[in-house]
Amino acid sequence: MATTTTPPAPPKKVNRLGLEVTAYKGHRSTLCAGCGHNAITERIIEAFYELGIEPHRVAKLSGIGCSSKSPAYFLSTAYGFNAVHGRMPSIATGAMLANRTLVAIGVSGDGDTASIGIGQFVHLMRRNLPVIYIIEDNGVYGLTKGQFSATADLGSKLKTGVVNDLPAIDTCALAILLGATYVARSFSGDKRQLLALLEGAIAHRGTAMLDVISPCVTFNDHEGSTKSYSYVKDHDEPLADVSFVPFFQGISVDYEPGTATEITLHDGSRLLLKKLAADYDPTQKVEALRVLTEAHDKGEIVTGLFYVDTKSKDFLELLNLVDEPLATLPESRVRPPQKVLDEVMEELR
Amino acid sequence: MATTHVATREAEVPVEPQKVVNDLSIQVATVNGSGSQTANSVLLRAIFQMGIPVSGKNLFPSNIAGLPTWFTIRASKHGYIARRKEIDFLVAMNPETADEDVRDLRPGSVAVYDERLNLKRLRDDCVFYPVPFDQLVAPCCPDAKLRKLVRNMIYDGVLAKLLGIEMEEIHKALFKQFRKRAKAAELNWGAARAGYEFAAKNLPKADRFFLQRMDATQGKIIIDGNAAAALGALFAGVTVVTWYPITPSSTLCETLTDYMKRYRIDPDTKKATFAVVQAEDELAAIGMVLGAGWAGARAMTATSGPGISLMAEFVGLGYYAEVPAVIFDVQRVGPSTGLPTRTAQGDILSTAFLSHGDTKHPILFPCSVEECYSMAIEAFDLAEELQTPIFVMMDLDLGMNNWMAEPFPYPQKPMARGKVLTAEDVERLGQFERYRDVDGDGIGYRTLPGTNHPLAGYFTRGSGHNEKAAYTERPSDYVNNMNRLARKFETARQRVPGPVFQEAAKAEVGIIAYGSSHWAVLESLDQLKQERDLEASYCRVRAFPFNQQVKDFVRRHRWIYVVEQNRDAQLAQLLRLEVDAEEVKKLRSVRHYNGLPIDARSVTDSIVRQEEEK
Repeated sequence: MATTTTPPAPPKKVNRLGLEVTAYKGHRSTLCAGCGHNAITERIIEAFYELGIEPHRVAKLSGIGCSSKSPAYFLSTAYGFNAVHGRMPSIATGAMLANRTLVAIGVSGDGDTASIGIGQFVHLMRRNLPVIYIIEDNGVYGLTKGQFSATADLGSKLKTGVVNDLPAIDTCALAILLGATYVARSFSGDKRQLLALLEGAIAHRGTAMLDVISPCVTFNDHEGSTKSYSYVKDHDEPLADVSFVPFFQGISVDYEPGTATEITLHDGSRLLLKKLAADYDPTQKVEALRVLTEAHDKGEIVTGLFYVDTKSKDFLELLNLVDEPLATLPESRVRPPQKVLDEVMEELR
Repeated sequence: MATTHVATREAEVPVEPQKVVNDLSIQVATVNGSGSQTANSVLLRAIFQMGIPVSGKNLFPSNIAGLPTWFTIRASKHGYIARRKEIDFLVAMNPETADEDVRDLRPGSVAVYDERLNLKRLRDDCVFYPVPFDQLVAPCCPDAKLRKLVRNMIYDGVLAKLLGIEMEEIHKALFKQFRKRAKAAELNWGAARAGYEFAAKNLPKADRFFLQRMDATQGKIIIDGNAAAALGALFAGVTVVTWYPITPSSTLCETLTDYMKRYRIDPDTKKATFAVVQAEDELAAIGMVLGAGWAGARAMTATSGPGISLMAEFVGLGYYAEVPAVIFDVQRVGPSTGLPTRTAQGDILSTAFLSHGDTKHPILFPCSVEECYSMAIEAFDLAEELQTPIFVMMDLDLGMNNWMAEPFPYPQKPMARGKVLTAEDVERLGQFERYRDVDGDGIGYRTLPGTNHPLAGYFTRGSGHNEKAAYTERPSDYVNNMNRLARKFETARQRVPGPVFQEAAKAEVGIIAYGSSHWAVLESLDQLKQERDLEASYCRVRAFPFNQQVKDFVRRHRWIYVVEQNRDAQLAQLLRLEVDAEEVKKLRSVRHYNGLPIDARSVTDSIVRQEEEK
């Protein structure tokens, strides 16, 4: 009798929750092939998978535009809210007030943030709400076919030859000034740096603002654009070599003294910033703003973690909310008893 | 005392023989920022404490200090608490308006005034009582800087003497007002006493108006509508309040915040079971409400017309994505900035259909402080049951003025949280489709973010979606969804508070009104009957969409007068859309839109005029 033995299937790779990466995927992207946003989506999937965040705890929020479609393309079993143009911050704020146990990730674009949404962006940063805020920044309005946005650099050129004659808004400098506590810039094409910065953002408590340059292959990837793949590759100046060590991995990394900075984040995870050129201290606001200003003057695109503050209270701590979600507190805890009404009525007599 | 006028000489006008008891209106004309609010509230409360039905209307400018302001107090043994146009007793403290205020008086009226204004020169058919306020205030308030604030208490004392308001009640009201600030209370009490004593010595009674203790306010409370709505929200179990300051709604959220700090701190952890956020603007305020409502919290905002305009886009999202929200609109006079400190019911049409595309929203119309409280509670139940934004339309008169009321009842029903599935529910059902009309009432089931089940997650969006909440542009998906939303609106029609009737047998004429117009209509019904022998039936509409009872009321009557406080007959227009075509011609309109609270005489005059034209 012949016996057949099936070789055991190779064990499927799972994260610390025992979930496969497919549990973190979303619907098929309907964005253009080669769009930087799709690369960012892949890194988001990886980051949530590697950190082992339960998808049902994630709130995915967005405004309007190409960027704002992308929450549909990751974590399909999470809860999504595609709101109105430029107003994702207020939706995120409300959701976190209602349920502080959620992990909120907001995806916006440069138009959605720096023009129509600048007011809500400014106040979100100021409140230091626990949220990961990603700007998928391509310098143009994609969904309306290629008009300049407010992050387009002075002198950059549209396909039609139109030259931008207004200065760009630097969302990172703005976020640092306003009170965001984790501020970074990256490039959709830099897988390693982007992943580490995203994982750091998830581990951080407070507003984590990531401006990710994400070329628009259809409307802004040509000669004369400062947000094209080739331009960004040529001008990208990383501040440091970033790596992330999650709290559940007890890896110790040895660097020679003075060659790296280690930052311990809220959940115990660590970011290791290995020095590439000059010394840089990401806990100093003034230093961050100097680097951004100088890079701008030199026409360089500096990427990396500009600023981190692991000590400031986040908005929910400031509000002194109970630990449980407000949304599901039982009636006994939110409707005062009859004697309270009696007391108030007595005062009004 | 160097009084240049002697009251006995001034009161040469023939005094009408009959005494008028417990039926008068007092108007105090001051400059805003002069501390008159305290003196006026004390006066109102003292009359209330004497058991006399009373109401107060603050007619104030959009300004912090220096512009004219009027406060009218009406005492009525009949219990009429609407504004009355006619002034019986004027207290003229403002040099800028004094002449005009006196010229507007009817013959036989009374003016108490700052002696320096010499108002007696203006006419001789009124009773004048000059009072040397500056001389009186100096001895009872040594600190010259405080005199401006204390000075007004003098007229409380003068009026107490002239009208017969008991000084013990003035004292009680004053100390209630100042609570723990005993020094300030004493200072003010001294001023009131000085006024009383001056009047006793120098102002012999020369008019016919009197106030006498009665027993019609026993057990009642005094509260403004904003505070009442705040109490409603407190007992509705609201957890997220986001707002942007705007007159006349600001005190709603401010009062609510005060109550929450007192009564909604967890006793064990000392942490808050609520979040209040003063947002950067109304767009953010409503956005936060929708974010919180989506995540399952009872969330609200309060605003006025300009805020409603700003919220339009988000409210459309709330309607289409079906997110619970409660929005209080304390209406003021528009369009645009309009008269920000005056009252109107001018946002009815724009709110009913707020936002682009086919949208419509349930609206509640509280007419009293009791209903501001009870409808606030009801609004949160409706918002979660119907999964849509619910508007509570108040107005400045209701929201910011003090009203008498029976003490509010404790909510009898538990909080209705609507159709929310837990992880266990989803597990048991084995499937979840967010926008499927399982029960035929147009309302789907929802899950809350954080629900731990792989089938529970869904994607909320303002773009086209199918039953599974997936993006779609398919014509049939769009139509099905819009038809379901229309079905849900029909469910709302059955669930919102129905009308309240006061029917006259065989009446041919019907009156429809809503909100704060109610009180003028009640009085007008009596005027029509007494003066014109015209008996009318009354239907007070309490919500939009209107239910069948409202349509039946229209059908039952030959004419319908729709009374409201706007130019364009906004509620009448909504009625025209809903009643049968042949009924439309029955609808007539009584409109009042000068920024002042509506009064019975204006309603009666308009109805009589239209009846005569018929």
